[in-house]
Amino acid sequence: MSDFNTPVPTAQKPISDRRDSQVMLSRVANSLYWMSRYIERSENVARLLDVNLQLMLDFADLNDQQLKEHWLPILCSAGDEETFFRLYERADSESVTEFLTFREENPNSIISCLFTARENARQVRDQISLEMFEALNECYLFLKSKNAREVWQSGAHEFYEQIKKYSHLFQGITASTFTRSEGYEFMNIGKFLERADKTTRILDIKYHILLPSIADVGGAVDAAQWQAILRSASALEAYRKFHVEDILPKKVAEFLIFSTTFPRSIRACMQRLDEDLHCLSGKERREYRSPEERAFGKLLSDLNFLTIDEIQNSGLHQFLQGVQTVLDRLDDHIYQEYMYHPPVDIQAEILLHQQQMQQQQ
Amino acid sequence: MLIDRYEPEDFFDEMFADKVTVRPHYGRIAERLQILDQAEHRRKQTAVDLAFMRSGVTFTVYNDDQGTERIFPFDLVPRVIPDSEWRRIEKGLIQRITALNLFLHDIYHDQKILKDRVIPPHYILGAKHFRREFMGFNVPKDIYIHICGTDLIRDRDGNYLVLEDNLRCPSGASYMLENRAALKRAFPDLYRSARVQPVDNYAAELRKVLQYVSPPSLGTSQPNVVLMTPGVFNSAYFEHAFLARQMGIPIVEGRDLVVRDAKVYMRTTSGLVPVDVIYRRIDDDFLDPTVFRPDSLLGVPGLVHAYRSGNVSLANSIGTGVADDKVVYYFVPKMIKYYLGEEPILPNVGTFLASEPEDRVFIMENLGKLVVKSANEAGGYGMLMGPWASREEIESFREQIRANPRNFIAQHPISLSRHPTWCGEGFEGRHVDLRPYILCGEKTTVTPGGLTRVALRKGSLVVNSSQGGGSKDSWVLYGDS
Repeated sequence: MSDFNTPVPTAQKPISDRRDSQVMLSRVANSLYWMSRYIERSENVARLLDVNLQLMLDFADLNDQQLKEHWLPILCSAGDEETFFRLYERADSESVTEFLTFREENPNSIISCLFTARENARQVRDQISLEMFEALNECYLFLKSKNAREVWQSGAHEFYEQIKKYSHLFQGITASTFTRSEGYEFMNIGKFLERADKTTRILDIKYHILLPSIADVGGAVDAAQWQAILRSASALEAYRKFHVEDILPKKVAEFLIFSTTFPRSIRACMQRLDEDLHCLSGKERREYRSPEERAFGKLLSDLNFLTIDEIQNSGLHQFLQGVQTVLDRLDDHIYQEYMYHPPVDIQAEILLHQQQMQQQQ
Repeated sequence: MLIDRYEPEDFFDEMFADKVTVRPHYGRIAERLQILDQAEHRRKQTAVDLAFMRSGVTFTVYNDDQGTERIFPFDLVPRVIPDSEWRRIEKGLIQRITALNLFLHDIYHDQKILKDRVIPPHYILGAKHFRREFMGFNVPKDIYIHICGTDLIRDRDGNYLVLEDNLRCPSGASYMLENRAALKRAFPDLYRSARVQPVDNYAAELRKVLQYVSPPSLGTSQPNVVLMTPGVFNSAYFEHAFLARQMGIPIVEGRDLVVRDAKVYMRTTSGLVPVDVIYRRIDDDFLDPTVFRPDSLLGVPGLVHAYRSGNVSLANSIGTGVADDKVVYYFVPKMIKYYLGEEPILPNVGTFLASEPEDRVFIMENLGKLVVKSANEAGGYGMLMGPWASREEIESFREQIRANPRNFIAQHPISLSRHPTWCGEGFEGRHVDLRPYILCGEKTTVTPGGLTRVALRKGSLVVNSSQGGGSKDSWVLYGDS
């Protein structure tokens, strides 16, 4: 008796016979991944805003157009300019920082990132340590209180320091209280994917900045901006340890792309990702299980062999975009492989089980 | 000092035998309260509240789109029960749950208790939560109620009475555990010197119970045990996550589970993984849209089929609700006599059934003096408190009772015992009840103490958290003082 209108239950993933306490729900993996990713994101946004607000102090008396030229690339780097111009007319220090800090309409504002991270933590409260939840919850309660805006208004720097501290505290607590298990891998992947992506975007900001004039290249403004790029990636001091000379654009790019020792460089993040990916897949090193993982492996190997000159010759902006694409596809692959399950059509399921029950009676 | 001004008034007071005499088991607390001043109390209370808020020991307020989370108000003065008194309570609770499990087995099999006319059959067969489709079905180890939270109150003379059996998904055990942890932090010296029986075993015992009832087909393999929650928006979500964490088991929602060939699987990062035992914190009606409410999105299609096929165990079993129907409650003392041949150790509150003609006449004539409850409501809803009700409320209940007498019972108001409770500036008497937690597995255990709920509003008898109730830590001493 088959009716072609009858809904057919969707095929599910294969059955495993695991009976051990290490199994992890896909939903949980997804929540851990995003919790970690959003915390990392909030920290990066906080640093970016803090640095640029301070940078602005060096450039008094900017007109509207100049302000816009400064802030627009930062908005672009977060990919939210459309939402921004729906809410604000002018892109200046006030509006951009408010938008990236407090606006809940912006899913990537600091407040949205941390609220989402906390909601994800609530979903997996049974999986994370009490200390981790408490650290994140404290941050949430702070942001929910009136106090948050007061701190921000009386001194934005203190506010962003506080946000960075919450992120560092959370990561430190995670390192010292969380079991090294599958969940830890998902959190790491979320963190390092986000960090690598944000480093590409911070580096790319200079591409978007329309220089005031050719004469300024290599001038005071240019140097200050490159210094701000380094500070936005928390890399200024690390950079200085390697390069005693002035801050040179090429050296900055090289450092933020290739350093194997600085933990926020693209290469260092990808090396960590590589380890975590292999832990998850259980494959041998240098074995990759999908086109997305292979593309990732290829990029990592490029980072091992390319030089900054080669990248510059073929275009830094294009290269960074290429990295972002590989990371995006990796994110999608991880979702498909570990977190996604075919949706269940409730009506089809009900029908299926009613039939099975009748057959048994 | 603060406690010297306390006025027990004309109630049974847990702490004071009369205005000047402290009961012996409260001796140490009285000494400590003697030296407690307002400032110290405020400091301790703030510290406790902040700790609850920070660690998210909260419930979600319904009908609030802000998703507001509140802490369950916690009163610092613990409620104390001497050991000998507790032993009697424990015996009474075990007696009661034993009889209730026998009753459930009986009515889903031979229905002897109905045939012997101890309970008129129509009360059971017509009960809202009687699951006819589970007649003849065998649950693992014949245990229907694995987890029970029984509400006890004390009358004017201090006698313990059973007010309600909560046999479906009783909640609050996490607060019992969190309250204890908070009190130990607030009064470490007092706690140590008082010699209190610990409660920390609850989660471990619960896990043992869940493993004990794993499907027989599994043999000696370790079962995959999970806790099933309606989700993060449920007001008791904190408790679900808390218990899952304490037991080290995954917490799942309906959408994490799928049934294939009458077996339940969870959707994991390694594909579908079998589930053997489900501690479900979700009512029968929402378990499986195939069988119960088709509109339920919380449940899992096919779950009941898997359960009936013996491939998955549920705690509590399906169909226990018939035994905590407030009309069936009336018959529990008779069940104890019928199945165990014993006198009930813990009596019921005197109850009248609106569907019995004689009782109904009495109820209708005395509506203004009685407490009327609907048979299947919980959380303090669907209740008429006659002596405090308006004329309109009384008439509305009169109509409802006339229309559907099976749905109502009435009880004499019991003026619940009172307990010194902090009320802003000092201690005042507030009404309390006690919900001990009983676990039924290889053996039946009762965690010493339980959750003491306190009606924080002056004069109120309603202790439910949804209606202005708070809670206290509950101490069972190793001795009697």
